[in-house]
Amino acid sequence: MSNDYANNTTMRSPLGRVRGLGSAKGGTHHWWMQRVSSMALLPLTIWFALSAASLAGASYETTVAWIARPWNALLLLVTIGISFQHTASGLQVIIEDYANQEWLKMGAILAIKAICVLAALASALAVLRIAV
Amino acid sequence: MPIMQDSREATMAGRRSDGSPVKRPLSPHLQVYDMFQMSSLLSIAGRITGAAWAAGLVLMVWWLLAAASGPSAFATVQWFMSSWLGLLGLFGLSAAAWYHTLNGVRHLAWDAGYGYQIQDTYRTGRWVLIGTAVATVLTWLIAIIAWA
Repeated sequence: MSNDYANNTTMRSPLGRVRGLGSAKGGTHHWWMQRVSSMALLPLTIWFALSAASLAGASYETTVAWIARPWNALLLLVTIGISFQHTASGLQVIIEDYANQEWLKMGAILAIKAICVLAALASALAVLRIAV
Repeated sequence: MPIMQDSREATMAGRRSDGSPVKRPLSPHLQVYDMFQMSSLLSIAGRITGAAWAAGLVLMVWWLLAAASGPSAFATVQWFMSSWLGLLGLFGLSAAAWYHTLNGVRHLAWDAGYGYQIQDTYRTGRWVLIGTAVATVLTWLIAIIAWA
């Protein structure tokens, strides 16, 4: 068996091809955080979906009283934070898969992150304003 | 092979069996597959329901901000959510949310190394579809009982 690379028509080795891409130190971090946040969201989502359903048609006073309860406020804050983290990473992957212009990709990802951070903080402030 | 325009192209550079250089294709897009076999359909649906849920979060933000603002803002949310458009949107969102959740459990099992046999993927796919239907109906039963 001869070396597969002996017949190369260029002198570039596989290592040479990947050089210039930068180190892959954080290569799995994004993927792993998606899994971690999805596991955290599993019980939180079931709790939120059933709670939201049981609040259907509830009055303003009932809803505010429900949000103000310590456990509900705590779980809402956690749900808000992890939901927007998970949403931002999921939408980022969709953009990375389909956007073929670098400026479009980078701009869309930054916009998504900005919107998610603002929406998460606004929601958290709303919960805190009711609960505290 | 033309000069590389993008560093990612380095990972697409390959060789034919005769040694001549070739540019490998990017990951295949939707239209490459038969989109209506269960494996690809559920995969595509997983992504679509995730994106739909992102839109659904806007409703949650609106609901929380309105509750913090006061009775009149809250009444506007209640009016929208109980309108036909609002109810239709919420029903779609609840189904999308349950699908994405149950399909996510399926993905976690795959990540842990289980369920890769083709008949297993079809079986778990059917469980996800049945589970989505059951969970969505249960959620709305709770909502209707709470509302009534």
